[in-house]
Amino acid sequence: MRCYVEGIGLLGPGLDGWATGQAVLAGNAAYVAAPTNLRASDMLPAAERRRAGVPIKLALAVGQEAFLHAGRDTSTAATVFTSSGGDNDNVHAINGILVTAPREVSPTRFHNSVHNAAAGYWCIAAESREPSTSLCAYDASFVAGLLESAAQVAVDNAVVALLAYDHPYPQPLHAVRPIAAAFGMALILTPWRSERSLAEIEVELRSGSGQEAVMQDAALEALRLGVPAARSLSLLAALASGKAAQIELGYFDNHLNVRVTPC
Amino acid sequence: MAALQERRSGLMPCAFEDVDLEAYIAKVELLDSYGVRADLSAYDCRNNRLAQLCLEQDGFIEATAAAKKKYGAGRIGVFLGTSTSGILQTELAYRHLDPQTGALPADFHYAETQNSYSLAGFVTHYLGLTGPSFVVSSACSSSAKVFANAVRMMAAGVCDAAVVGGVDSLCLSTLYGFNSLGLVSRFPCRPYDAERDGISVGEGAGFVLIERVTAEDSADAMLLLGVGESSDAYHMSTPHPEGLGAKLAMQRALDSAGLKAGDIDYINLHGTATKSNDASEGRAVADVFGNRVPCSSTKGWTGHLLGAAGITEAIIAMLAVEHGFIPGSVNTQQLDPAMAIDYRIENGTGNIRRVLSNSFGFGGSNCSLVLGRQA
Repeated sequence: MRCYVEGIGLLGPGLDGWATGQAVLAGNAAYVAAPTNLRASDMLPAAERRRAGVPIKLALAVGQEAFLHAGRDTSTAATVFTSSGGDNDNVHAINGILVTAPREVSPTRFHNSVHNAAAGYWCIAAESREPSTSLCAYDASFVAGLLESAAQVAVDNAVVALLAYDHPYPQPLHAVRPIAAAFGMALILTPWRSERSLAEIEVELRSGSGQEAVMQDAALEALRLGVPAARSLSLLAALASGKAAQIELGYFDNHLNVRVTPC
Repeated sequence: MAALQERRSGLMPCAFEDVDLEAYIAKVELLDSYGVRADLSAYDCRNNRLAQLCLEQDGFIEATAAAKKKYGAGRIGVFLGTSTSGILQTELAYRHLDPQTGALPADFHYAETQNSYSLAGFVTHYLGLTGPSFVVSSACSSSAKVFANAVRMMAAGVCDAAVVGGVDSLCLSTLYGFNSLGLVSRFPCRPYDAERDGISVGEGAGFVLIERVTAEDSADAMLLLGVGESSDAYHMSTPHPEGLGAKLAMQRALDSAGLKAGDIDYINLHGTATKSNDASEGRAVADVFGNRVPCSSTKGWTGHLLGAAGITEAIIAMLAVEHGFIPGSVNTQQLDPAMAIDYRIENGTGNIRRVLSNSFGFGGSNCSLVLGRQA
């Protein structure tokens, strides 16, 4: 399945936006770890902005950046959201509330607990009535999202925004599901080449585990392994390099073979 | 099918764990004394028990085994919907945190129970499938949307067949959460009733094996004719008052099937029995279909199965076609006079060839399916 990358968004520890992240991932600047610069999105009305947890902040930041990069109207693309967890702070809080009476789960906590909360907020902020899905495939959530996005581009001939994000659980869940940092990324994928296309990517599902692409920098490799959504870093590094590349991304019993060709 | 024909509802007064809400629920009693297959014991939780119990019905395991032989285990995708997966396991584990360290009990298995993917992980292992798999978790539209995923993956050549479906099981988060929104009825839910006052939460599961249409298929083969997806872009937990997103999903489903409104013989509504859902959906259906197509919500039988609602109602839609059966609406006494649609309270019969089924969820996530037989 072939698609074209038209826009990229990135927000992670020491990776504050694609412009700075690109230099680091291309090896042109040193990676300096720093807390993820989480901020409320100006895309949301004030009431929704107050209710937005970490995944919503991540998704809106990288989505907005990618659409700006592509020069596209946010209301015009289908969206694929993918995350291993959803709002992990909120899940922890609800579990705590449910232990003792009176078990008052607030309406906001409840509607933010759905896995597609980020998608719901995005569609409101982006004024998008286009199809939107929210996926989970544990550590392979990004890879599943890339496969689904490529299929939508190829089969539905649609412009698709892929948004992947994950963030740490508080304890005690952190001990059983350690996620290293808050990390999000977005790609705008199109079925045709345009003057804004950055690269062509060809995605193919192959059986067997493949040869997982790794990061050269040890700290970036730790990030890639430490956050499900950061499994995207090897693809982002290939895009940042501006060179043709072929990478493999593990997907349970299979892997995705991704061929990147700069435009 | 017999329960539909005999109007036997699964709703009963809420008796689940130590939940102290005045409500009706649909509960699968067998799950309390049931376990998953021994080699998959790490996956043991209410949601995966329900998944296994459902897989064991109606010759599904045999049908999947035949497909495996035909295509190979790696060529069958698994795309499943759930909203809360095995979260009950975590809710219960939080009652038993280590008093010294605050740690979760040692026998708590996060990846195999709480994580949303747990369901697809369990089902792929249970059926021995190795094709592409993921979970769609878009609240109450989840297990309708998986049909779209499967069709796309098969069209793209990623797989040759797919197991789609959904499972959601009772948990405290959902019961207390819907209650906090004032959306839980004290009575068995009454879809499209003038006096309707909320949902009844249920648990349920369903699976469907999808293959490509071939020349050898009989004229009676059950087909997925179209899928339409849309977003409301309106509110997290309230549907668009004019049903704009719902209308878009239904219209896109008709377009993808190459059908017109008049080609649909029955509509299985989302019909949750909340004031806002039924008003919004009723308006959207009236705009797209007028009042000529028989419609009903079957949630009076099942309760709201959330992430399993889409698959359950898709299966009811196929039963309607197979048996020439139009389900009515149990518990509904007095149809809301504001509804300008042909809403059926009593069961009926007819030549049903094509059914549209609606599933709408939190976050404004909408999906409509068209199922039936070729014209």
